Amino acid sequence: MTWLSQNWPQVVSLVGEHLALSLPAIVLSVLVAVPLGRFAQRRPRVGGPLTSAAALLYAIPALPMLIIVPVLLGVPLRSSTNMIITLAVYGTALLVRSVVDGFRSVDPAVRESATAIGYSPLGMFWRVDLPLALPVILAGVRVVTVSTISLATIGALVGIGNLGSLLTDGFQRGITSEVIVGILVTAVLALALDGLLLLAGRILAPWRRART
Amino acid sequence: MNLFADAIAWLADPAHWQGAGGVPVRIGQHLLLTALALVVAAAIALPSGALLGRTRNGGAVIGAVAGSARALSTIGVLTLVGLWLGIGIGPPLVALIVLAVPSLLAGAYSGVQSVPDETTSAARAIGMSGAQVIWRVEVPLALPVIVGGARAAALQVVATATLAAYTANVGLGRYLFTGLKTQDYGQMLAGSILVILLALALELIFATLQRIAARHASPSLPSKRTPS
Repeated sequence: MTWLSQNWPQVVSLVGEHLALSLPAIVLSVLVAVPLGRFAQRRPRVGGPLTSAAALLYAIPALPMLIIVPVLLGVPLRSSTNMIITLAVYGTALLVRSVVDGFRSVDPAVRESATAIGYSPLGMFWRVDLPLALPVILAGVRVVTVSTISLATIGALVGIGNLGSLLTDGFQRGITSEVIVGILVTAVLALALDGLLLLAGRILAPWRRART
Repeated sequence: MNLFADAIAWLADPAHWQGAGGVPVRIGQHLLLTALALVVAAAIALPSGALLGRTRNGGAVIGAVAGSARALSTIGVLTLVGLWLGIGIGPPLVALIVLAVPSLLAGAYSGVQSVPDETTSAARAIGMSGAQVIWRVEVPLALPVIVGGARAAALQVVATATLAAYTANVGLGRYLFTGLKTQDYGQMLAGSILVILLALALELIFATLQRIAARHASPSLPSKRTPS
């Protein structure tokens, strides 16, 4: 803990860098996975192979992914863009499944009633399907958030600065407390964001509280 | 795209397929490390998870462990164990075991826990012994979920075994780190391709095992893909 008290400005700035990599990746995952998952759920013949492909993509280890992405997309290896895209690929692969499950959980009877009282397809999506699928989707977003925050530390291995830098630097210089601080701060950050999303879910889908 | 040509050239060079640092040896190390970590972790996690699932105790604790394990940085565990235990193959192995336990534990717990009480009571009623109930009823019914946990653990371990090369001279990850240090993108990319192929092969094997287990557990159901 003395290490933390002596180095906290550095830790704070690394938290900032860490969030600057993770948050865009999480947002990007949601923006890609929701339409993709919706499409997969509406068209199961395309959706089945799509979710299997996502599962395979998720099986690719992170460090090789960080090395392949720059070659495929022409971005520099040691760039934030590389890290954000890599994290977003995993986030999307993980989230698509929850999105499909979420939309599938919407009661068909509710949808029929909505059609009967005159909802347009677009209104149906925004005012019926999405709100009702939200709790399941949000549970997926929470998993993605936690794993993105902890996965981002891998970036330090190729020289993309973030909280993982505490782990590599601490290891190379043999400072155990620096490594412990790195692990703890990363975990606390992940769990804090998880808690925030849990709270957001209670506000956005208050009807769930009565049931659980 | 000529970086891919570099990688292919690196892979095609017979010199890279021989000796102590050659591709076959590295793949062997990688697989051995992965298998060893999985076996030890399974020996710890499966019996305890199954026992807890049977008594339906500690579900909240296991859920919390599996959940917070996701917040744990894998290189954090590797570097910390590396600093504590020193160099060599031991530290990465310990780190991999630690990382494999939560998924296996959660799989064993929820698999056994999901077997209905009526089913085990019925098995006992037709005269099965305790051991028979476990091996002929509970294990086959729980197997798809247990294999699902093993699949997640295997993915985690094979990926982290790549990072293990950061703290010890072992496995395919060595090519990635050597390539990074010497700016040899061809070697880095070649190593990455090998790791990806290995991980995908493992994923496909476990997906198949899971499907077989599912068909065995509920033969009446039409064979469909089990959710991962």
